[in-house]
Amino acid sequence: MFEQVVFYTFAAVLTLAAGMVITVRNPVHAALFLVLAFFASSGLWLLLEAEFLAIALVLVYVGAVMVLFLFVVMMLDINLTVLREGFARYLPIAGIAAVLMFVAVGSVLTQEKFTLAKTAAEVAHPADYNNTRELGLALYTQYVWPFEIAAVLLLVAIIAAIALTLRHTRQTKAPKPEKQVAVRREDRVRLVKVEAERQG
Amino acid sequence: MTELSSVLPEATLAGLACLVLVIEVFRAPANRAATFWAAAMSVIIVLSEIAMRFPKGTTLAFNGTFRLDIMSAVLKAFVMVIVLLSFFYARDYFERRGRVVQEYYILALFATLGMMVLISAHSLLTVYLGLELLSLSMYAMVAMDRDSATASEAAMKYFVLGALASGMLLYGMSMLYGVAGTLDLGQLSAQVGSGNSHILYTFGLVFVLIGLAFKLGVVPFHMWVPDVYQGAPTPVTLFISSAPKLAAFAMAIRLLTDGLAGLAGEWRDMLMLLSVASMAIGNLVAIAQTNIKRMLAYSTVSHMGFLLLGLLAASPEGYAAAMFYAITYAVMSMGAFGAIVLLSNATSESDRLADFAGLGRRSPWIALMMLILVFSLAGVPPFAGFWAKWFVLKEVVAAQHTWLAAVAVLFSLVGAYYYLRVIKIMYFDEPDAGAVPITAGDDVRLVFSVNGVSVLLLGLLPGLLMSVCMAAMKSYAG
Repeated sequence: MFEQVVFYTFAAVLTLAAGMVITVRNPVHAALFLVLAFFASSGLWLLLEAEFLAIALVLVYVGAVMVLFLFVVMMLDINLTVLREGFARYLPIAGIAAVLMFVAVGSVLTQEKFTLAKTAAEVAHPADYNNTRELGLALYTQYVWPFEIAAVLLLVAIIAAIALTLRHTRQTKAPKPEKQVAVRREDRVRLVKVEAERQG
Repeated sequence: MTELSSVLPEATLAGLACLVLVIEVFRAPANRAATFWAAAMSVIIVLSEIAMRFPKGTTLAFNGTFRLDIMSAVLKAFVMVIVLLSFFYARDYFERRGRVVQEYYILALFATLGMMVLISAHSLLTVYLGLELLSLSMYAMVAMDRDSATASEAAMKYFVLGALASGMLLYGMSMLYGVAGTLDLGQLSAQVGSGNSHILYTFGLVFVLIGLAFKLGVVPFHMWVPDVYQGAPTPVTLFISSAPKLAAFAMAIRLLTDGLAGLAGEWRDMLMLLSVASMAIGNLVAIAQTNIKRMLAYSTVSHMGFLLLGLLAASPEGYAAAMFYAITYAVMSMGAFGAIVLLSNATSESDRLADFAGLGRRSPWIALMMLILVFSLAGVPPFAGFWAKWFVLKEVVAAQHTWLAAVAVLFSLVGAYYYLRVIKIMYFDEPDAGAVPITAGDDVRLVFSVNGVSVLLLGLLPGLLMSVCMAAMKSYAG
């Protein structure tokens, strides 16, 4: 009973927050609602005894990704009126498509297969069960190949980000510290003997 | 140990790509060719490894997430050859442009790794990761030309639509996983075959197929193709339009026949819709184009529709015909974009149809090679493109879809119009007064000639490649 109350509370908060993310006008508010959505889903994961994933979600997404995201949103000057142009024009077609999708998906998802009675009850683990250890074991044995590919994927993301943003040094006016340190007096100071001006 | 040796080409490529990255960082500024040669050597090393360890049967490795079979080895070998040739085209283009973008080679190597993972995928997880590795590298390659507004726009469209398609694909995969309880394609196939929860599998299939259709670029998920092909720098377009098509073909085979063979009745109908729409829209819209990159983009859409015909025959012979089609298309497409690379110069991309005017007099040899490539794309015998279409049509008729074959032939005839127009412009139009001389290097002329002659040879001896494709698919279906 208690579990159900917790589940429905988190689920309701999650759905509401997710809806707000795409409907609120202010991008900063949208990002904050996304943070709320992440918190609610990490609550759901805790309920599933996936503590590691729940904590990782909060630490990585809320702690790092969303903060970065907020910085970007604040730095960009987003013109909201331009963003909303064409909303009314596309509404009829988009609306029809959305309703059709909703009905189709709804009719499939309310099938017998997805009712509670069909899903196996969770197995409760003893108190000394180590979620992180199990996850690590699966990751480094059964899923080691996908795990390595994911690592390469992250490397590509780094290379792509650098390749797309790094301006070549000759295009920047930034001074080079190693050259500044190595500079000697003779390079900068030139003594010039100026002849005294002759009077008259 | 056998597990490790089966992924040796992939592991080597990953290591060598990192090495090329280090070489690029520490090379002497004047030594610009170092990165190119390192990248080309890496591809050659991996190619020789694939050839030396050519598999005799099917092996699964890493708990069934990796599958090494004849099909994967053949496709990987062709991917390597095509990537190697596209490096030569790219070097020539960048050198002439005076702005060498070395990241091209590094990103292309990682994209190639993504293709290899995708070709050998035997789990929904590896299908997705391979696809993302390939796509992420390609998004970055399209955006590489930062000062060009069209390239940035193309990259943005490609990225946003690609992310949407990945989302669709993931949603479908999560549905399949939710019902079957497994990510492994072999076990998934067994679950689907058991006949339970048929409608839920079909539901997952729809979303998976949308993701697949986007990556292949078939109607109605083709909107990114013309913009990306036109906006990206020509060597990047050349890369995107050739080797990844082989990976997309492998992805279709892995998902549809490895994993969801039990739903063949459903996906056959869906593929039929996609295929007819692609052939119709691709061929009709291509007629109106004046930019040759955009024209070739619409031609890609129609060719991918044709390729789907081979898949929907749903027999080993049909898959083999589709594989033949994918390989010949990749070679032809590389050549056609290669011609644009050859004609480009320091100031212009030379991607208007008018830039080809009078090429027959300006450079008879390049024009002759382009003639072969364009005839082959149009499906004129005896070039490779004709046999590709012939084998597919034969299987479509054998599968009792005669009307589909008739539609395909009709739209190929429509397509012949805009291909032949290119030839007319090359041989019968007066050259532009302002036409600049062709300054392509000797090495890239040689590569282009090899490309054109190989299309001719494939057309004269189609049985050779076809028997390889049949062997690949026989082992696969059996």
